[in-house]
Amino acid sequence: MLQINDLRVAIEGREILTGLTLKVPAGEVHAVMGPNGAGKSTLAYALAGREGYEAVSGSATLEGVDLLALEPEQRAAAGFFLSFQYPLEIPGVPAMTFLRTALNAQRKARGQTEVSSPDFLRLVRAKADALKIAPDMLKRGLNVGFSGGEKKRFEILQMSVLEPRFAVLDETDSGLDIDALKIVSEGVNGLRAPDRAMLVITHYQRLLDYIRPDRVHVLAAGRIAASGGPELALELEREGYERYGAAA
Amino acid sequence: MVAVKETIEAARGLEADKYSAGFVTDIEQEFAPVGLNEDTVRFISAKKDEPEWMLDWRLAAFARWKTMEEPNWALLHYPPIDYQKARYYAAPKNQAKYKSLDDVPKEILDTYEKLGIPLREREVLLGVEGAPRVAVDAVFDSVSVGTTFKAELAKAGVIFCSISEALQEHPDLVRRYLGSVVPASDNYFATLNSAVFSDGSFVYIPPGVRCPMELSTYFRMNAEGTGQFERTLIIADKGAFVSYLEGCTAPMRQENQLHAAVVELVAMDDAEIKYSTVQNWWPGDSEGRGGVYNFVTKRGDCRGARAKISWTQVETGSAITWKYPSCILRGDESVGEFYSIAITNGAQQADTGTKMIHLGKNTRSRIISKGIAAGRSNNTYRGLVSAHAKARGARNFTQCDSLLIGDQCGAHTVPYVETKTPFAQFEHEATTTKLSEDQLFYCRQRGIPQEAAVALLVNGFVRDVLQQLPMEFAVEAQKLVAVSLEGSVG
Repeated sequence: MLQINDLRVAIEGREILTGLTLKVPAGEVHAVMGPNGAGKSTLAYALAGREGYEAVSGSATLEGVDLLALEPEQRAAAGFFLSFQYPLEIPGVPAMTFLRTALNAQRKARGQTEVSSPDFLRLVRAKADALKIAPDMLKRGLNVGFSGGEKKRFEILQMSVLEPRFAVLDETDSGLDIDALKIVSEGVNGLRAPDRAMLVITHYQRLLDYIRPDRVHVLAAGRIAASGGPELALELEREGYERYGAAA
Repeated sequence: MVAVKETIEAARGLEADKYSAGFVTDIEQEFAPVGLNEDTVRFISAKKDEPEWMLDWRLAAFARWKTMEEPNWALLHYPPIDYQKARYYAAPKNQAKYKSLDDVPKEILDTYEKLGIPLREREVLLGVEGAPRVAVDAVFDSVSVGTTFKAELAKAGVIFCSISEALQEHPDLVRRYLGSVVPASDNYFATLNSAVFSDGSFVYIPPGVRCPMELSTYFRMNAEGTGQFERTLIIADKGAFVSYLEGCTAPMRQENQLHAAVVELVAMDDAEIKYSTVQNWWPGDSEGRGGVYNFVTKRGDCRGARAKISWTQVETGSAITWKYPSCILRGDESVGEFYSIAITNGAQQADTGTKMIHLGKNTRSRIISKGIAAGRSNNTYRGLVSAHAKARGARNFTQCDSLLIGDQCGAHTVPYVETKTPFAQFEHEATTTKLSEDQLFYCRQRGIPQEAAVALLVNGFVRDVLQQLPMEFAVEAQKLVAVSLEGSVG
């Protein structure tokens, strides 16, 4: 589903990803782990099309669509979703309004009709309920005054409403206590589907106890240094990233 | 002339998709001669067949104006205005007054239809069934061409007509209140208006009456080289309530058009006036050519105890905006409110705010101002909150937020506070933020295109104020906010 080939990405002329190759087939969840500064967030932002993350060479395709040639909103409409490590606050825009605007913009870009308000309300309420999000929070400015855990839950809510084909979860576990981690993980697991794939970026093995990956990749010095099954995550937890050349 | 025409065409091509109200109505009009002197004042007064006292009042104002100097304290830059080069009166030909809407020329009716203004009583706003009805007074250049729902309003005792008509039908009411809030000598532009005002709306709500529908006036400047000097007077007698909205548009013209209006509101004991403005005068092109110079004096007088006056404004148009809708809180426990959204883009300049003058005991005021600057524009909030020695227990809350889009625009906040009593409590909060790239990227990652993302973020920023608008206009205002900022990012 997602194919990244020999991708090099530079920020202000400095190469952060130095030839990254990665394939995530439909229906699978892969984890990317790695030390600080290895390029994990750079990978997430480069795929999403953030300004300043320049793809120098290589390719990244989602179901054959060249992501790198598209604007960020076009990538979203093509089914790419990024759960942000630090979700942004959008004052004065209720979460409900934000989500409806996003969903309808994507549908419009795909040539689909807009979702009617009553249908949308029902859809969001049901999904929010599953993530234990109180209905009145949907009326507040998106992420404004939310706790770290609430913000992450809202990221997953957005993902479940927008139903992307491919999602990158960037450090979704950071700032979560154990209860929030369980809720978020259940939400993510509920979104596993044969025609959807996910890439979970994390620092710690802990998250992978809840979201079981099919494959684990080690990202070090801008490229995939090792790949393996879930046991690789446990090994990293025991031995650290030193053998992959990371400074301790 | 050919060059002028070409420039207009070029400007039109450039901006046409942005400013949908910029068309010109082709209709035969009659004008006052170019220039401004006593004869101009007499000409206007004669055209309207005014009582003698009105002419005298105008002439006194004109004599006064000649001794005054144009103010220059605002943060606005524009070449000197040649008051002798403009026309001060333009009206559709042969029709000093239309008996009913059926007599109004089709070109004019079409104009309002194109602008989405319902001039036929059976039409319901926005085509929504069961939507509240709105009575409209339509002012086309210097004259009112029609007022809807007059008969129905009259049943409730409400007077809603053009000020020219009020001078004929209700001269005593006009004489009693005209200039009682904004004296003829008030300021340069108000004094000019007092001398040459042409038309505007007059509203009187009798004691205890809640006006049965929204009232609105729609101002359209059409004629070339002609200023518009409207005068509006609204009186809510004891315990009365009225909600009033004004809308403004003008064609895209290469020269600057002068608009100097005066609006006076009077609220007696327990009365409430809610006055909303959606100002969308032609702002000029992106290079700053053309556009309306909007020098407006708006003031409300809470003359009675527990009176309330609330100003809500959405200012998106004009090349220059100079406007400070204010409240005199004379009655004890009276309340003044000012909610403002001012958006400047391109080369626009706005210097706008309010004055809350606390005279009575336990008077309260609230100011929420949202300024948005994009392009190379400048956006200034200028406000005064003052308390008289007798204004024990006066309270004010002011919040001024500025949003900058891009790095070539400016936002300025100039709040003045004066108090002569130790028993007043004033609070002021101000923020300035830049529309962040991070927020934009976040929206775009969710599939919202850049321009829509800007509109969404800005609408979030102004939400507190939009909620103050009558619902049926809030939707329009929201769209206007988005259109005004098109092309401001990227």
